Amino acid sequence: MSFEPKILGFLCNWCSYAGADLAGVSRIQYPPNIRVIRVMCSGRIDPEFIFQGFMTGIDGIIVMGCHPGDCHYIDGNYEAEKKFRMVEKFLSFINFDKRIRLEWVSASEGARFAEVVSSFTKQIKDQGPSPAGGVNPDEEISEKLNAMNMAATSYRMRALVGRERALTEQENVYGERIPKEKFDALFDQAIHDEYIRHRILVSLARDPKSVKDLAIEIRAEPSEILEHITILKGRSQVNFDKIVGNTPIYVNMMEI
Amino acid sequence: MFRECVLEADLNKYLFNFVNIRDQCTWVHMKQPKEAFEKAKDLLKMGIAKATNLEPLQTVKISVNPTALVVGGGVAGMSAALSLSKQGFKTYLIEKENKLGGRLNNLYKLFPYNLDASQVLNNKISEIQNAKNLTIYTSTIIKKVDGFIGNFEVEIEQDGKFINIIVGTIIIAVGSSLLNPHTLFAYDGKVRITQQELEIKLKNNDLNANNIVMIQCVGSRIEERQYCSSVCCMTALKNALIIKEMNPNANITILFRDLYTPGTIYEKYYRNAREKGILFVRYNVNRIPEVKEDQIIVFNENIGDDIILPYDLLVLSIPLIANSDNKELAQKLKVPLEINKFFLEAHVKLRPIDFATDGVYIAGSGKWPVDITESITQGYAAASRVSTILAHKGLEVEGATSCLPEWNKGLCKGCEVCINVCPYHAIKKNELDEIEIIQALCKGCGVCGATCSKKAITMNHFTNEQIMSEILALGGKEAI
Repeated sequence: MSFEPKILGFLCNWCSYAGADLAGVSRIQYPPNIRVIRVMCSGRIDPEFIFQGFMTGIDGIIVMGCHPGDCHYIDGNYEAEKKFRMVEKFLSFINFDKRIRLEWVSASEGARFAEVVSSFTKQIKDQGPSPAGGVNPDEEISEKLNAMNMAATSYRMRALVGRERALTEQENVYGERIPKEKFDALFDQAIHDEYIRHRILVSLARDPKSVKDLAIEIRAEPSEILEHITILKGRSQVNFDKIVGNTPIYVNMMEI
Repeated sequence: MFRECVLEADLNKYLFNFVNIRDQCTWVHMKQPKEAFEKAKDLLKMGIAKATNLEPLQTVKISVNPTALVVGGGVAGMSAALSLSKQGFKTYLIEKENKLGGRLNNLYKLFPYNLDASQVLNNKISEIQNAKNLTIYTSTIIKKVDGFIGNFEVEIEQDGKFINIIVGTIIIAVGSSLLNPHTLFAYDGKVRITQQELEIKLKNNDLNANNIVMIQCVGSRIEERQYCSSVCCMTALKNALIIKEMNPNANITILFRDLYTPGTIYEKYYRNAREKGILFVRYNVNRIPEVKEDQIIVFNENIGDDIILPYDLLVLSIPLIANSDNKELAQKLKVPLEINKFFLEAHVKLRPIDFATDGVYIAGSGKWPVDITESITQGYAAASRVSTILAHKGLEVEGATSCLPEWNKGLCKGCEVCINVCPYHAIKKNELDEIEIIQALCKGCGVCGATCSKKAITMNHFTNEQIMSEILALGGKEAI
């Protein structure tokens, strides 16, 4: 039997959901893999929904909103795009970035809706079943997804992505504006750092470990891990547990 | 429709969830009944999961103060205010200058029928003076605006005196300004003047020039200011025709890039100008005409050479630009401006007179340059939009809005990203420095909930729990 992926679609009420209805009224056929969740605006899509979706074993997730400039809520779709790009960057760490897509479909584009769904379904079929799904999900991938979800939900990432447009498109009270490139560099670094930090937290939640063991597990330089441990200690998220031989062992202080 | 059924059963109308099996399953997978059946089962599972998490919500009723405020006493504002007062609504008309009329004060004749601008203006003003329910404040500006549709609390300032009024709706009819012509084409205000200065000369019958050259698109449709000012082509044609009528021997040449005379009547006006012997020479924006002391050198692509035009009067068609105080007013009214600082309507085609903020409307050249006819049309349009609100005693506001539940207030860090992303400025910090969501302003997009850095804001009817339950129902795991 060929692989039939489970695909989740988030559709905004005003454009893409209406476009999907138009495809129906026009009897335009498309693959039956997609399951739709209606939201009022694509800007409602919390990054958490996408990570959690993959953690429950969904193979592909597509977000659709109104075309830029046509948003029923003025500019909710621009906010959606910022969040989506962040999720995409996180997911690229586990090669899941090809399992998501953001598309703009208007209420009059029934045919385009069907085309987009067909092409996305094919894309996910080419990707194959999600390693996080099925009867025996890959535990490492699931753990990484969990770390990403926590990182994206952290105050730092949410505050950054929430302020991106204000910081890069408007001037602050001092008449300064952060150049897009500078923001992107900072943002990419934050994504990388928070991902590693939350991997550390998830790993330490399983059992206390040394920096060396963490470095082997996460495949990062011990010096980098130590830097993150220092910051996590500052945030009261990890703490020194005990010394085994000459090696300090750290423990997660948070509830996961 | 379905919600009404729920209401009839004496249940809260928000306790309803719709599973779309016909349009998004049956009809689109007609040749795959087995797969479609599986999909329908999944959709039902998801729908049921959400339904079990639905909560009853209350709509909010707000009262409407049947009073209108019109900001700007130009022709658009006067038309709107007159229309509203005639419909019986108490109306305030405020004007920042010391007299009504706006741009009409400085015009001589109006195209396309060459009516006297002063006569049109005087007629309007006498109508306004005789109107009932209409209060006029000149030399008055808006200081502060609070509240929302139905009940805006507006503080206005007249010569240092502050007046508070409460209105149900606000029409912005502030018009536009003229670009400063200095530094353009050797403008000097004497032999090199603007179309508007020419009108004053014509009005005072103080024109003695025989060779007249007009240049179009001066300072518009260029990199720095990309839009077309829309009224200048017709203004130039009008003034050229008036001069021709006074002095049939006058040589008039109009240097243009493209001519904009849309519609049956304006096109006829243009043809008439050609028949009267007015010359039209196209110039290229990459080789703009060169102004010398008493002649203009313009490169013409058709003959591939320069044309030398002697002049004793050079007239520049400068564009209408956004008022310099638009930004300040926009911030007070919480409405957006576009890139050229004109006011930006909610939707160019579907809601051309509305703002995204309910209860605030736009008319006239505050939105983009329009002529007198169009200003009057828009003034009436705005008045009719306003009457659809003021005619009601109260309004019902959607219950599916964002909220910051009492039990989540402790989570809020006061980071204000929600205030930043809300497209409707429905979120503010109150006197206690707490986040407050004004339900009457919220449209329920949910962006704040998805953005809230501490996940404290809840989007009613699309809560995280409700959406997560749908995701989990599809993923096949137990709902939380």
